Amino acid sequence: MSNVSQDMKTPLAKVRGLGSAKDGTHHFIMQRVTAIANIPLTVFFVVSMIGNAGKGHADWVAWLQQPLVAVLMLLFVANFTHHMRLGVQVVIEDYIHKPGTKFSLLLLNSFGCIFIAALMAFSILRVAFGG
Amino acid sequence: MAEFTLPANSRVGKGKTVKAEGATNTKAFHVYRWNPDDGENPRMDTFEVDMDTCGPMVLDALIKIKNEMDPTLTFRRSCREGVCGSCAMNIDGENTLACTKAIGDGKNVSITPLPSREVVKDLVPDLTDFYAQYASIKPWMQTQSVTPERERLQSREDREKLDGLYECILCACCSTSCPSYWWNGDKYLGPAILLQSYRWLIDSRDEATGERLDDLEDPFRLYRCHTIMNCANACPKGLNPAKAINEIKMMMVERRS
Repeated sequence: MSNVSQDMKTPLAKVRGLGSAKDGTHHFIMQRVTAIANIPLTVFFVVSMIGNAGKGHADWVAWLQQPLVAVLMLLFVANFTHHMRLGVQVVIEDYIHKPGTKFSLLLLNSFGCIFIAALMAFSILRVAFGG
Repeated sequence: MAEFTLPANSRVGKGKTVKAEGATNTKAFHVYRWNPDDGENPRMDTFEVDMDTCGPMVLDALIKIKNEMDPTLTFRRSCREGVCGSCAMNIDGENTLACTKAIGDGKNVSITPLPSREVVKDLVPDLTDFYAQYASIKPWMQTQSVTPERERLQSREDREKLDGLYECILCACCSTSCPSYWWNGDKYLGPAILLQSYRWLIDSRDEATGERLDDLEDPFRLYRCHTIMNCANACPKGLNPAKAINEIKMMMVERRS
């Protein structure tokens, strides 16, 4: 019966649906803010990797134990995973239409990105504080 | 999941070929055919049209085919001069108006209905939802002030802001060329309707700007636009719906800061 009542809705009722979510702008702004922040952070990361290429373990540890380097690496990880979470969320919303699958993947995306961020932050801090 | 292949009953087969008897200068028009009443799959019919007795536009060829070769061919047309938007269809892979699209120099012309919409018959797409989406944005002037005794005044500068917007004829070429609209056309309003929204948002005489923005502020209604720009490529009137959508997003940001 639910299908029948769904089919008998007017086109305008279907389009108006549950109304506006009054949301989306914050997501839009954060996508761009994190993208802008990613530019200098990625330049720092790539330049550092190239600059340190070929060095030994002790040199890498000494590099990461510099306060500014550790902070920039933490910011890079936080910003990168935040941007990744926002981007993957859009891809899921674009292509996955089955509600159960969609919400499961959205949860997995959030948990996965936060886990990656925590794991990388812990690793950076462990080396930075000489653990 | 978004569907990337056609369902079995929508797969297009090969249809009949109708030759132009006695003609020497011909061009083959491959035309999508589907009849809801015969239970058959869609097919591509080929009509070899005598170009010596055919007008220059694709619509001229379609009318000639219907008049002289197959009267059952079904398509919409009215003004035949790019004003009504009725004859929007996909010609050689691009959504455009058959009446303003010149027949190319190639040997073949391929014509299918606007993509992503259900087909009513042959080249006629079902635009019911598209028109409902248009109605949903309340495309008329909304005011709170007391109705003036004469016309509502507007400066020349404010009037110029409507240029590039008011020309939209709602042919749906842009919306049906948009991948976001293909995947989420039930909730995403699409480029044509959002361009029309912006036409009212930017009108200095309208007094419902905030309410209009409230209605649009939604992850699907507005923010499914990823600035793919197919809309601007497709528009037969040379408009830029992607730019209008970006302006709406900027208004959303502006009212927060």
